[in-house]
Amino acid sequence: MRERNARPRLAVWKFASCDGCQLSLLDCEQELLALGEVIEVAYFPEALTRAVRGHYDLSLVEGSISTPRDAERLHAVRRRSARLVTLGACAASGGIQALRNFADAREFMAAVYAHPAYLHTLATSTAIADHVPVDFELRGCPVNKRQLLEVIAAFLAGRRPAIPAHSVCIECKSRGLPCVLVAHGRACLGPVTQAGCGAICPACHRGCYGCYGPQETPNTASLTRALTALGLERRQLLRLYRSFNANAEAFRSESERHAE
Amino acid sequence: MSLELQAAQLLTSQGLDQLLKALRRGGCRTVGPTVRDGVIAYEDIDCLEDLPRGWTDEQSGGHYRLRRREDDALFGYAVGPHSWKPFLHPPRQRLWRTHRDGDTVRMQREAPDGQRLALIGVRACELKAIAIQDKVLLGGAYGDPHYRARRAGTFIIAVNCTVAGGTCFCASMGCGPNLTAGFDLGLTELGAAGPPAFVLQAGTPAGSQLLEEIPHRPATANEIAAARARVQHTAEHMGRQMPTEALPQLLLRNLEHPRWSEVAERCLACGNCTMVCPTCFCTTLEDSSDLTGRETSRTRRWDTCFTVDFAFVHGGSVRQSTRARYRQWMTHKLATWHQQFGTCGCVGCGRCITWCPVGIDITEEVSAMRTSEPT
Repeated sequence: MRERNARPRLAVWKFASCDGCQLSLLDCEQELLALGEVIEVAYFPEALTRAVRGHYDLSLVEGSISTPRDAERLHAVRRRSARLVTLGACAASGGIQALRNFADAREFMAAVYAHPAYLHTLATSTAIADHVPVDFELRGCPVNKRQLLEVIAAFLAGRRPAIPAHSVCIECKSRGLPCVLVAHGRACLGPVTQAGCGAICPACHRGCYGCYGPQETPNTASLTRALTALGLERRQLLRLYRSFNANAEAFRSESERHAE
Repeated sequence: MSLELQAAQLLTSQGLDQLLKALRRGGCRTVGPTVRDGVIAYEDIDCLEDLPRGWTDEQSGGHYRLRRREDDALFGYAVGPHSWKPFLHPPRQRLWRTHRDGDTVRMQREAPDGQRLALIGVRACELKAIAIQDKVLLGGAYGDPHYRARRAGTFIIAVNCTVAGGTCFCASMGCGPNLTAGFDLGLTELGAAGPPAFVLQAGTPAGSQLLEEIPHRPATANEIAAARARVQHTAEHMGRQMPTEALPQLLLRNLEHPRWSEVAERCLACGNCTMVCPTCFCTTLEDSSDLTGRETSRTRRWDTCFTVDFAFVHGGSVRQSTRARYRQWMTHKLATWHQQFGTCGCVGCGRCITWCPVGIDITEEVSAMRTSEPT
């Protein structure tokens, strides 16, 4: 075992996000003590009042970049981090807030805020990797805590995390779940979505919502043809592809084919 | 099943129930078809009530629906989404664990599962698939001890198909629908009104021995003829046909056929076809370590030739395109499998057609290649 004083330093950062992915870390109740044994949680405002300043061996970054200030802050985080791993759909693709990328953000501001002039925001919400080099992107909305622990354990061991980039279908079939698309005619993004959640929605007889973003080789055009044959209309297709990962390349370009 | 007059017996549905109970008394885990989540799945079953009485399935490319039958048949459907593969060659199998204590590392190999399995309602195509997996996983110098342990104790009650599914093509592949070998007891469900009854034949001494515990009587000539006619009817009503003539040669001389690009436009590279295939056996190894680095383990899990990582070698994946991956899957299944294992890798169960979300049809792909072969 590592000496306590030689523990690597961990920092957890938040950008534009709902905090759900950070909560997945706190949700690792059984493993939190073991985690504290092997890693020094040096910066984690969601959980700690004290903060160790300086450099970090591993930074976990949640959220997307949606303000000029965050864009600058992210560069500072990168400079102070030996390894940078992003958490969740916001950090990997811009999140649900990236719906602004398809509209005029100023109109939203005017509709919501009494004095939008005080807001300093970017016209788009973008992924962390669009701004700084990223060592690993952990997908999900929110991330899966077992996958999160796997990424940290892999970092500590100096090995590649075992996080497959294949489809959700493989998780469904490995669990013995019948296909909701084939057996019930339900719209499901599973064939074009990356695995990781353990096929939560199909296990509840629902189609996949695409929380983990596009799988490694997504064929959205072919899936869209199948969904159209099931009776989905243009507007439904648009909404299906435009959710938590609306700005992920494969989902974004497919959704644009169904836009007004 | 060759329904020999002397050997064929008649079993009532109560007899089948007693058969299940006898297997359970003997320490077997009984697995069979049951209705779950809108499909006929293979699950743990206790008694006759668990079987899909009065249900059938409607299948076509990318389409499956349960339908009510007009009778109380127990096996009046084709095949469900999952084969018996998950029970014999499970999706995840831990191989070993290590525990580190200071400078000492203790390694513990995973003991093979000694639970005896009784598989109820296995079809002819599935028996063939099990025989193929036996060859793949037990043949040669390095057999898989986990598969061997599961297979060694397996008791199989097979069923002749009395309906053909919309995507079935076992008859073209020479794999069904009639049972020939590989079962302990073989049943053919009779279609008369009233409670289900079966013409039964023992395929092994173990089957005969078990039958002695169960009430039965010799089947009449009429019952045997009726059973034979039902299987014959199934053979004549296959939902699909595979044009098998010189199939390996056809595929291997057409590796650059434009059809591969055309099918790749439709293929989702999701891996469903390989997951539901009863013969696809590929796995990958996943190593894990815990946070402290004291516990590590190696797990084997199902893999598929439709992922990028599957063909990853030094420098990257050798099958970057979906075209290359689909071609690999289909040419292996129908052509190079012969060279590797001495049989075809396809048994004609039709699962890859039904459970492909976009309904890609392996028989249609072969036909298209045959009719549009560049001269």
